[in-house]
Order: sequence, then structure tokens, then C-alpha cells
Amino acid sequence: MSARTIRGQKNLQNINQASKDGIGGSPLRPDGNLKVRGEFAYSSDLWHEDMLWGMALRSPHPRANILSVDISEALKVPGVYAVLTHEDIPGAKYYGLEIQDQPALAIDRIRYHGEAIALVAADHPETARRAVKKIKVEYEVLTPIVTEEQCLDPQTHGYVHEPHEYKSHAYGNICHEQRLVSGLGVTDEVRAMADVVVSGDYEVGMQDQAFLGPESGLAVPAEDGGIDLYIATQWLHVDREQMAPVLDLPEEKVRLTLAGVGGAFGGREDISMQIHACLLALHTGKPVKIVYSRDESFYGHVHRHPARMHYEHGATRDGKLVFADCRIVLDGGAYASASPAVVGNAASLGHGPYVIPNVRMHAIALYSNNPSCGAMRGFGAVQAAFGYESQMDKLAAELGMDPVELRQLNAMSEGDFMPTGQQIDSPAPVAELLQRAKDMPLPPPLDTEHLDVRALPGALSNTSHGEGIVRGVGYSVGIKNVGFSEGFDDYSTARVRLEVIGGEPVAMVHTAMAEVGQGGVTVHAQIARTELGVEQVTIHPANTEVGSAGSTSASRQTYMTGGAVKLAAEAVRRELIEKGRRRYGWTHQDITLTGGKVVSESAGVLVPMVDLLGDEAIDLTREHHHRPTQAFDKETGQGFGHVQYTFCANRAVVDVDVELGLVKVVELTAVQDVGKALNPLSVVGQIQGGCTQALGLAVMEEIIVRDGKVRNASFTDYLIPTILDTPPIPVDVLELPDPHAPYGLRGVGEAPTVSATPSIVAAIRNATGLALNRIPVRPEHLTTEQPG
Amino acid sequence: MRVTFTANGKPVEADDVWEGESLLYVLRERVGLPGSKNACEQGECGSCTVYLDGVPVCSCLVAAGQVQDREVRTVEGLADENGELGLVQQAFIDAGAVQCGFCTPGLLVQTDALLEQDSQPSDNDIREALSGNLCRCTGYEKIMDAVRLASARKCSGKGATA
Repeated sequence: MSARTIRGQKNLQNINQASKDGIGGSPLRPDGNLKVRGEFAYSSDLWHEDMLWGMALRSPHPRANILSVDISEALKVPGVYAVLTHEDIPGAKYYGLEIQDQPALAIDRIRYHGEAIALVAADHPETARRAVKKIKVEYEVLTPIVTEEQCLDPQTHGYVHEPHEYKSHAYGNICHEQRLVSGLGVTDEVRAMADVVVSGDYEVGMQDQAFLGPESGLAVPAEDGGIDLYIATQWLHVDREQMAPVLDLPEEKVRLTLAGVGGAFGGREDISMQIHACLLALHTGKPVKIVYSRDESFYGHVHRHPARMHYEHGATRDGKLVFADCRIVLDGGAYASASPAVVGNAASLGHGPYVIPNVRMHAIALYSNNPSCGAMRGFGAVQAAFGYESQMDKLAAELGMDPVELRQLNAMSEGDFMPTGQQIDSPAPVAELLQRAKDMPLPPPLDTEHLDVRALPGALSNTSHGEGIVRGVGYSVGIKNVGFSEGFDDYSTARVRLEVIGGEPVAMVHTAMAEVGQGGVTVHAQIARTELGVEQVTIHPANTEVGSAGSTSASRQTYMTGGAVKLAAEAVRRELIEKGRRRYGWTHQDITLTGGKVVSESAGVLVPMVDLLGDEAIDLTREHHHRPTQAFDKETGQGFGHVQYTFCANRAVVDVDVELGLVKVVELTAVQDVGKALNPLSVVGQIQGGCTQALGLAVMEEIIVRDGKVRNASFTDYLIPTILDTPPIPVDVLELPDPHAPYGLRGVGEAPTVSATPSIVAAIRNATGLALNRIPVRPEHLTTEQPG
Repeated sequence: MRVTFTANGKPVEADDVWEGESLLYVLRERVGLPGSKNACEQGECGSCTVYLDGVPVCSCLVAAGQVQDREVRTVEGLADENGELGLVQQAFIDAGAVQCGFCTPGLLVQTDALLEQDSQPSDNDIREALSGNLCRCTGYEKIMDAVRLASARKCSGKGATA
């Protein structure tokens, strides 16, 4: 075969066939068709012949000693195949993301309301439910350790984990802590340098991820003694890492395949039913499916840490920040989960996107008998943003300044230093984001002539016809890190295969990335199209046959696994071009792949890819590591701790019914720098979704815990925003490339969840004049609180 | 007990149904129609919405025995007999209204029902009609876009692929 090199202007025009479905385009989701047909197989949809249903017995007490467990009556229920307790666990009894402190099944102690004690496998979920009720547990009920004061006084109130257990012994009930000092720190001398000082105590309630697809999966015992688990998770490999020791199996015999995931938002970072389903399947020799009910879901995953924060800010009379001091106490609950990393984020990001010459910070996570808390979208940065942004408004009021101008005056930009000493070495357009939010046209005022009650506070409840309604406007900006931090190498792996199928060059992308709805699969195909000049891309199911893709969290997947796909595709491209050089003796230095052809920019089309590939496939795997980071010094908090920073600014417009304490968010504007929008449609969708979860935290979402007991484990009682609660969300996207990131992109998913909550609270304050130091803001706060 | 009903135009029969089972459970676990979703199973989220004799209902709140001899239409029945997507389904894909997709089946049925009643709903009409369907991913903006797009296509007489 000869090279079909055709020269000429006409042909050169034709070679520029970069796919419109490559990066920067908005091709539609590859899984969209199945999802709208109802044929996409979520983890709760799986079915296997001869399958059993698994179910857990959970503790009704937050703190107790287990005196005895009697399973004999449960075993007698017809249709029951197995009842297991911790005694039936073949391997390690404990697991955990960062600290192995959580028993797979409670051993002798209960540490939180809802802790799993025993498991049942039966032929019908109702049979399992009835058998669970027949398990007799004798408890010695203890007073739960639930408040900060109780946790910090273990001599009086006791230990959540006994001092000899794990690593918590050194700290009593402190799971993790991080201090930070920069500049001169905060001393009396520093305080004296400020003309104005404002301080405040702020509180954040416990938010739930409330993904719609309940925890679920199907474990199938294999002939080799291993197990195949089809599962909805955020990180297949870290699940396996925690499962294998408990199951007493080598990792290669624990094979995970991603099933359809109905949302995640951090709530699937930890193990939920993975180990339980596998224990039952291995014990019975039958496939076992577990599907949590909604209430069990509230007990079965970690939540966002509730926080108590004290902030103090000092500034000069013209508004320049002089110092900031902060103490953040996060309630980590019974088990560590991701608490150490959440503390690291709260400490390092807790002073916001501002240049502050003198800073002090102390962030801690407690062990308590409250529900365990861990990852949720925004991860330690959300709580702090409510604190520092409330402070900015308070300071602006004290100085008589415009709150946006005060923020802009102190806004960090590229080249500035974080309080950790890390220099911001890519764009940080904090002041510009705020300006753009401010410059967006405001929604029209409340139209009292043509009222539609559905658009008012109270909406369909028909609580007002316009009387008692006051409008307010508020602003905020936030900072979030992208990727895992503090020295962690959360690399991603991608395998890309290029071959001819049906006469066309087709790329296949294989990663272990958890597609949880964010659209990573769309982006992977876009990257393959752009790098390989093909149209047809197939996405291989995500599983543990390929290396780790890290977690679908920390806004990191497009950066990290997208980056790995780019590396693998580039390697495939190089190999294909080399093959051509060997075969045809090309000497051009400007060869690329586009429109299914190998082309030289100077010489035109060299050869169609199908001819060059023939029957051969090029199949290469690459790992993508981000630049190394450092652990923070435990005392000073100094260190190059984060991979990348991301910023979002918001403007909220609210109507408040001041008589009934009802809030309607009228509009929630978001302005965010995304570096490069690989898929603009998905980017906007992420920002709008992130803003809406922030709205939930601002005005409605909280897991109510009293004396360690969860009081609202249902969607009847735990409210998330409906379409009536959610306003139009205009989004303005900036694309200022980060030179350190693939394509210059910046992680997108979390920044709006960090920044939007304080803008809504600021708007409510603007409407009401109330202090509102606690979120979510509830009707009683608006009707009974004194003006702040 | 045995329950016999029509699902998406086809007669179906479920045996050994326990009296406490919901229509949702029978659809998902007994007759091979898992498209309707199990997000809350107490009528709060709308993910399990199906047509029962032409009326949208939460199938988790319907006891299986109540559907004896009745007609059920699920998300799997929104495409036509040739598998062509319905107008609402296509609009949800095109507008980017699908992320994780767990709320999608219920929203599609509810939107289909809305546009059957009123092909040109106002934004407030859309918000009211869909207020029983929770979505956790999208912030609802693209869902609003999808319903507006479906409405526009329906009114212009153009089909799903327009």
C-alpha cells in the first residue's frame, strides 16, 4: 500500500476536521439514551437467578455495650439462609478510609445510632426484615458523648474509642487537629494594629448528601473462591482495598465492577453495604443483593460535618485586613472516615480567598456518639465559607463599606500566598468574579400587580399575597482545592485502545472512574476524539481490571482521570505515527491525527488511519500523577498542600416573608473560573447543581440529632430543594487556563457548593437585618431572633 | 397472590406476590421493568412515577393488588413501538437534563402528563407540576429547559428528533 499523500490547498482545508464532539464541545451523554429509556442498570436494579436479599440489624442506641446477641429465632424463619455477626467475619474486623477504626459489624460496643450489628440473607426482602426483628440483642445503654464539651472532657464523660484503641489514644476524643500560623500570627500587638475588629460565632448543621439512588449492589460468589461485586461507589479500588482484608481474600479475588450510580456527592466514598453483601454471598454461596431503604441510607453513610466556628477579623479603617483568627470544631461522629482530610481543608482554606498578613487557625474533628461524618461536596471548605463570608459582611457593615468592595479590596490573585505559604501560581480572579456577579442584571422587583403565589415564599401553601415580603440581595465568594492534598498521590490510570471496527477507526477508553452522574464518560470520549482524531469512541465498563482512577470527588476526575485518558491517547497517537514513519519513511515533524486520517500540516493527508492500523490494535495504559504536594506542618500549617485552587462567586436575591419566616430564593447567580470548559453544557449543569445543594444548606437541609439519635431519616422530614424552591441560576463561566493542568482545566463541581450558601444568608440578612449565625436558617430564626 | 395487569400495553402476570408488596416492587423485581426508581419508597421523591389508567401516581404508594386488571405505563413505555424516543425523552437528553438519571424516569412520566394536559405551560406551571419530583444533581435549570424544549417541539408539531 502506498502513502496517499495529496498535496494542495483544497486538501489542507479538509484536514482541519477537529471533531465538534471533541473537547470544548457539548456532545450528549453516552448513557443518556439508556437513562431516559429506564434501561440503565443502576446498582439497585441488578438481578441474579437464585439471588438472596441481605439486610442489616442496626442499633437503636447511639452508645451502648452489647451484652449478648441471640440469632437463633432469626435462623428459624423460613426463607432465611444466613444470619451473621462479627464472629463470622473471616478476616480483619476493622476497616476505614484513613484510620481503620470501624468494625464491619459491631463487636462489643455501639458507637452511633444505626450501627450495624448483624446481617440476614433471605429469599425476599420482607423475610429478611422479619428475621432481623427476631435477632435479640441485650444492650447496656450508656449516656452518649455528643457535645463538644463532653467530647473534650473524656475524664468525666468517657471515650468514644477507648484510649488503647487505634490511634485516638493520644488525643482523647479528638480524631484529628491542625493548627496554622502565618505572618505574626494573632497576638495583642497584631490586634492593636487593627482599627476595627469584628468577631462572631457561627454554626453549621449536619447536611446529608441525599443522593437519590440508595446504597445497593449485588455480590456474586465466584468459582475461584473470590467474589464479584457490582456496586455503586465513588472509588472502586479503595473499596477493594478495605474489603479484601475483612473478607480474608487477596485483592485479585475481590473484583469490582461499577453499576449505575444514582448520585454520590461524597456519600459513597466510604464503605456501606459492600462488605456486608460479600460476607453473606461468600457464606451462603449464593448471589446476594442489598438495597438500602431511604431511612437506612441516612444511617448507612457519613454526612457533612456539623461545625462550630469562632472567627475574629481585624482591618484598617480603609478596609485592609490586618489579621484573622479562627477556631473550627467539626463533629466527626463515631468513626474517622475522611475527618483528617476534612480538617486539613478547613484549616488551610478556612480564611477564604483573601490576602491576610497575619493569620491563626485551629481546626479539630471530634470523635462523638453522633452519626459519622466524612466527605460531602465542598469537604471542610463549606463550613468555613459560611464563617468567613459572614465575617466579611459584618466587617463591611462595621466600616460602612460596600460588601463587594471590601471583598475586592482584600481579594487574592495570582502570585499571592495562601496562609499555608503556598503561592497561588495560576489565575485567581477573585475580584473579577465578584464584579461580574455584581454587574449581572438584577431580576425585576416583586410584581404586586400580577402576583403568582407559586413564586412567593410559601409558594403553593398560599401563605401570602405579597404582604410582609421583603427583598434582599447578598454576595459571597469561596475557595476550594482540587484533588487530594497534603502529600497524597491520588493518581489515575487510563487504558486507550485504537483499532479498526467496521471499516472505521474506533477508540476504546477503559478506566476505573466512577461515573456518578457528573459526565466523566462524556468527557473521556471527547478527549479521545480530540487526541486521536476519531469520531467513534466506546467507553469500557469501569472495573478493577484496570488500575485505580482515584475517587470521583474533590472536583478531581476530569483533571486526574481525564488527564490519564489524555496521556494514554497521546501515547497511542505517538505509536501510530511511529508506525507510519517506519512504514512510509515520513520525515515531517508536524504530523497529527484528525478526521480519521494521519495528516501533516504542511503536506496534507498522509494516510487514512484505517490503512495504517490494518488489523492491528494499539492498546496502551498510562498513569497520570498530579504535581507532588506536601503535608501541612502540624503546628504552623505551612506547606505546599494543594494541587489546584478553584473559585466561585455568587449573588443571591431573596424574598422573605418576615411574618412567617419563609424564604424564597428568587435568583442565584454564579460566576466561576473553570480554566477550560471541556464540556460547557456539563460545566453549567455542575455549577447549577452545586448551587442548589448550597441553597439546601442555607435554608432547609439538616439531619436533626438529639442525644445522638437521628430524628428525621426520611425525605418527609429531611427536606432537599424541590423545583419550586430552586430559582433560576444564571451562570457566567470564565476560562483562564491553569498552566499546570491538562488543557488548563480547573475542577468544577465543588466551588459553587462552597460559595453559594453564604450569599443566600447574606441576602436574608439584607432583607431582615437579623444576625443569622446558624445554618440552615429556619422560620423560627426569622420570626424570633433579635436584629443583629 | 397472583396479580394480572397490563404493563406498557402488554398483559403481565406476577405470581407469589406478598400482600404488602407495592406496585413499584412488582414492576422492578417481578415483571422485569426496573426503570421506575426506588429513591424513597414513601411518595416524597417522585422517582417511581408511572401512569395508572392514565393518571400519574407514585407506584411505591400503590399496593400491588390494587392494579389487578388495570393499565400501567412506565418509563419503559414512553418510546414508541419501534423504539423511537418520545418527545419528552429526547428533550431531556438534548437539554442536558440528565446527570445521574435516577430522578429521570419519574420526571419523564410527570412531564409527559403535564404536556398532555397543557402543551404550553408557563414556568410556574412547570414548577408546580414537577414539584413532587426531587432531583439532586441538576439544580433543575436544565430540567426546566427540557420541558420548555419539549413544549416548543410539541407545539411546532415536530417529532422527537426535530
